[in-house]
Amino acid sequence: MNFSSLLRIALRALAINKLRSALTMLGIVIGVGAVIVMIAVGAGAQKRVEEQIRALGSNLLLIMSGARTQGGVRLAVGSGQTLSEDDAIAINREIPEALAAPALRGGAQVVWGNANWSTQIYGTTPEYLLVREWQLAAGRPFEPSETSGAGKVCLIGSTVARGLFGSTDPVGQVVRIKRVPFTVIGVLETKGQSLMGTDQDDLIIMPISTARGRVLGSATQAKQRAVGTIWVKAADGYDTKLVEEQVRALLRQRHRLQQGSDDDFSLRNLQEVMSAQEASSRVLALLLAAVASVSLLVGGIGIMNIMLVSVTERTREVGLRMAVGARTRDILGQFLVEAVTLSLIGGLIGVALGTGTSLAIGGFLGWPVLLSPEAIGLAVAFAFVIGVFFGFYPARKAARLNPVDALRFE
Amino acid sequence: MSDPLIQVRDLVKIYTMGETEVRALASVSADIAQGEFIAVMGPSGSGKSTFMNLLGCLDHATSGEYRFAGERVSELDGDRLAQVRNRRVGFVFQHFNLLARTSALENVELPLLYAGLAKKDRVAKALRMLERVGLAPRAHHHPAQLSGGQQQRVAIARALVTEPLLILADEPTGALDSRTSLEIMALFQALNRQGMTVIVVTHENDVARFARRILRFRDGRIVSDEANAPLDAAAVLAVEPKAA
Repeated sequence: MNFSSLLRIALRALAINKLRSALTMLGIVIGVGAVIVMIAVGAGAQKRVEEQIRALGSNLLLIMSGARTQGGVRLAVGSGQTLSEDDAIAINREIPEALAAPALRGGAQVVWGNANWSTQIYGTTPEYLLVREWQLAAGRPFEPSETSGAGKVCLIGSTVARGLFGSTDPVGQVVRIKRVPFTVIGVLETKGQSLMGTDQDDLIIMPISTARGRVLGSATQAKQRAVGTIWVKAADGYDTKLVEEQVRALLRQRHRLQQGSDDDFSLRNLQEVMSAQEASSRVLALLLAAVASVSLLVGGIGIMNIMLVSVTERTREVGLRMAVGARTRDILGQFLVEAVTLSLIGGLIGVALGTGTSLAIGGFLGWPVLLSPEAIGLAVAFAFVIGVFFGFYPARKAARLNPVDALRFE
Repeated sequence: MSDPLIQVRDLVKIYTMGETEVRALASVSADIAQGEFIAVMGPSGSGKSTFMNLLGCLDHATSGEYRFAGERVSELDGDRLAQVRNRRVGFVFQHFNLLARTSALENVELPLLYAGLAKKDRVAKALRMLERVGLAPRAHHHPAQLSGGQQQRVAIARALVTEPLLILADEPTGALDSRTSLEIMALFQALNRQGMTVIVVTHENDVARFARRILRFRDGRIVSDEANAPLDAAAVLAVEPKAA
């Protein structure tokens, strides 16, 4: 008895009870569909997190000025001005595995012609673009002379470019920030949203000396070299945790902190924050997939149930088949193929349904979904395994019937 | 002289039902030659059905020896028995046992499917057999579209399709009216004249009178084994008034 004959017999048997077959498949359809949707949504969420990590730059540490204590009241992180440009220079000098860029932040109104745009100003060094792995979409980066000589040049983010210039090429245009004219020398590549949902492309970068002297001066008068944040990138292949400890030790030494006293800065390993988020999204996807698998399991039990009913109903048929020469394995094969056909057809309908639902979720809700062939293959394989597993017992029951009793069964 | 087709020696079959043992067959011995037409008779519970199940290799004897076409069938395992049933025995049942929603042709093909024949050969052989029982024009009808007599003829075609050595019929006319019964018996007689060994299990004398030998069972034993001058079913049919 070859496979195609078995398949034909199975399809005919399933066609006789169409409604029953359809209802039996339903559990598998829902199970497979749900698994595919869950995996697609989970993978989509994970991919978004990965993209955000890539946008942020890998192996990043963020150092922020520490809390200032005023009359026993501890103020927010960044309220003190404990970091300076020299800290960044020291990190670059002392720790070869790390690249540091100090940044001075503030808001300002940018004017070009009669257009204006309110945005973030970043005063920093050329290292910043390397640390953030940020490419230029157009134009050129700062020259060292511009950094040291407070050159009136700036790089603009893609949001600013769009908002202020529209379709005009911004490179070479002159904008006014706090009434100071700046030449736009480049446009940054689009980074997209940050993890917190802020637009990372809504900013202007200029040399730190220019920012301090011309734009953000009043806010930072207190200390001539103070900066709010220092971005540090650990070189590829180095353990960010190790670099983090080295940076911490160096800063504590430079700030002359006693052993046992608190840091006067806050040092965050962004990689870890990201990893935690990635892990939690993965756990969520796993959990949903587990719930979907329960549906598959229930579907499998439904198949077993119906196959048992079917074997009982067709006892005389089994007896006849045995009388005309069917061997044990022929009968086993017949009912097993029937169960697997049921679960596989259910699985394929589930794939169609799951794929459609995933695309609909992506289209209408705007969630990131990622359909992977592996997930679809896995779901179908799972449906197959369920057919074999839950079909085996009823099939064996049929194959073990005694032909005499089966023929006489009423 | 060559060996008989069937040689049965001291065949015993005991069914165990819970605590009690039922001796369905108590030491039966018989020889059946190729080309015989035998009626196996007896009241229900006499062991005739058990005897047929054993002859048809549907069941194992508890003890005793059964040789069929020179083969010690009593020693074969399940798959070999299935093969014997497939190649050498053709069954005809009281209730036809055709597969529903399956054409007459495909019903006749069924044993060939298990014999492993290709589709083309199956169809050719099955069609030839349907022709032999006079049902070729109805090859694509389903059992529900056929009369009882036609269904039984499909079943006979199915029994014949593997060219077996033996046809075993269990109450083949039990579900048919008297005229159709005669037609079926005439068909068996025609097959027997062509050399087919036919064994019919029945409790009706009307059926047994067409056989050439009658075995009577009682309490699991053969109580009589005698030759019979058979009536010609076709001749009886000719004088029978046609049904309304």
